[in-house]
Amino acid sequence: MTRQQSHKLAKMLITVISALVVVPIVFVILFVFYHGVSALSWEFLTAPPTNGMTEGGIGPALLGTVILTFLTAIVAMPFGVAAAIYLAEYAGDNRLTRWVRLAIVNLAGIPSVVYGLFGLGVFVLFFGFGTSIIAGGLTLGIMTLPVVISTSEEAILSVPQHFRTVSLSLGATQWQTIRHQVLPHALPGILTGVILGLGRAAGETAPILFTVAAFYLPELPKSIFDQTMALPYHLYVIATQVPGMPLEIQYGTALVLLLIVLSLTLVATPVRTSMRRRREW
Amino acid sequence: MNKIEVRNFSFFYGDFRALKNLNLPIRKNKITALIGPSGCGKSTFLRSLNRMNDTISGTRAEGEMLMDGKNIYDPDVDVVELRQRVGMVFQRPNPFPQSIFDNVAFGPRVLSTASNGDLDQIVQESLERAALWNDVKHRLTDSAFALNPGQQQRLCIARAIAVKPEVILMDEPASALDPVATLKIEELMRVLAVDYTIVVVTHNMQQAARVSHFTGFFWLGELVEFGVTSDLFSNPQKELTESYITGRRG
Ligand SMILES: Nc1ncnc2c1ncn2[C@@H]1O[C@H](COP(=O)(O)OP(=O)(O)OP(=O)(O)O)[C@@H](O)[C@H]1O
Ligand SMILES: [Mg+2]
Repeated sequence: MTRQQSHKLAKMLITVISALVVVPIVFVILFVFYHGVSALSWEFLTAPPTNGMTEGGIGPALLGTVILTFLTAIVAMPFGVAAAIYLAEYAGDNRLTRWVRLAIVNLAGIPSVVYGLFGLGVFVLFFGFGTSIIAGGLTLGIMTLPVVISTSEEAILSVPQHFRTVSLSLGATQWQTIRHQVLPHALPGILTGVILGLGRAAGETAPILFTVAAFYLPELPKSIFDQTMALPYHLYVIATQVPGMPLEIQYGTALVLLLIVLSLTLVATPVRTSMRRRREW
Repeated sequence: MNKIEVRNFSFFYGDFRALKNLNLPIRKNKITALIGPSGCGKSTFLRSLNRMNDTISGTRAEGEMLMDGKNIYDPDVDVVELRQRVGMVFQRPNPFPQSIFDNVAFGPRVLSTASNGDLDQIVQESLERAALWNDVKHRLTDSAFALNPGQQQRLCIARAIAVKPEVILMDEPASALDPVATLKIEELMRVLAVDYTIVVVTHNMQQAARVSHFTGFFWLGELVEFGVTSDLFSNPQKELTESYITGRRG
């Protein structure tokens, strides 16, 4: 085989494999869309489920997921970014920080149900928050931390070293250097990581199962110590636990969840590219 | 008068001794040039003068560098303040990816030495001193990358001047520039020497001869010879110096 031929063959193989990966994803999205789109309406998005959940909408579950995602961001972003700054700028490269990094990478791979049990043990029982929004938000936040830390650290490290050198040489302190010459340039990468992390948190069932999610609770929560319904768990319930559930409502609910996760992922891409475009180094 | 006096100064990267027992004066409001072959420790010496070497882990300094009589390696020295007093210009023009104005204003802003009205004034003054004001006065909000390399390097000089340093260190400031831009930088150095003490590293012997008042010749981490530039070039005392400046070594 000539070099030209092997080049062509490799290119073809890679294209085919990429297509094999993409096709099922696109198929799932289209399938859910096809079956669920007829259920969507303002009514469906805002009204509570009625009649043993076989009628009505998903209002409380949707609101619950929005609140939980918001709380996740409030927990994961400051702590995650602070940890990333520490690791990238202050910690230095020694055995301890290498262990910490390894731990973070591994934490990102732990099954989400483990985080759910952790949340149950620590926030629900030990801190006595009970099954509540605060317990669920903290659990989701902690689950999201490793992703936020890793992506933020990577973004911080990708800022060219000479920005730091120059800034320090002008008499800026290390913190001023980080604040004014490192973080602004790392921000697109950090936001991408946060948003992707949130996308995952919004769609997870296991972490909220024991910590916050209500099976059926048509009233809206009044404080962060109340329970709430949440979309992923609601979907699980109506898909498996409720006899005689209309398919349309099931697919409609799945579609809304899918759209939330997809839109978070899609938002992450333009944020990244539009902020990239301003870069010139 | 000596702005800085270097006494028995050695510098180590781990176990490697990159500077060996240096003794030399840096004269106030004069240009001191450092020459020598690649890897002989010129940049290391320069970065010792504003303690930028501190940012490299595993390094260690021995001996003294007295600036206005005070050892800058004393434990009670505020390194951040020292770096404000001893500015630095690097080999490659390296403006921040920000506007021309913001580049020059960065130092005064973080040091909060200026109120906002004064900031405009400081930026203008610094750019004037760096002979760049006329080129950029109508486009201060443009990106610094819109400038050509020679202008960018003068912007970096303006940025360093804006924090009102006493000493300016330049590490091969013209080596990435074309001959015309190089001459402009040299001219600028002569003007700046009226108000600042300048230490410049250069690979270019003619440049050292053209701009500097004093020259130090480094070889493998040692200072082989130091003296008035014209003497050192016309009548070197050491054979090593002579063979290097006549191009037989290096
Ligand atoms: N960060 C570092 N870690 C370890 N060794 C270093 C480091 N920086 C420089 N050195 C070593 O110290 C010696 C002096 O290096 P330095 O960069 O000061 O030389 P220089 O005279 O500026 O050379 P050049 O003309 O190539 O810029 C060299 O042997 C170099 O390998
Ligand atoms: Mg050098």
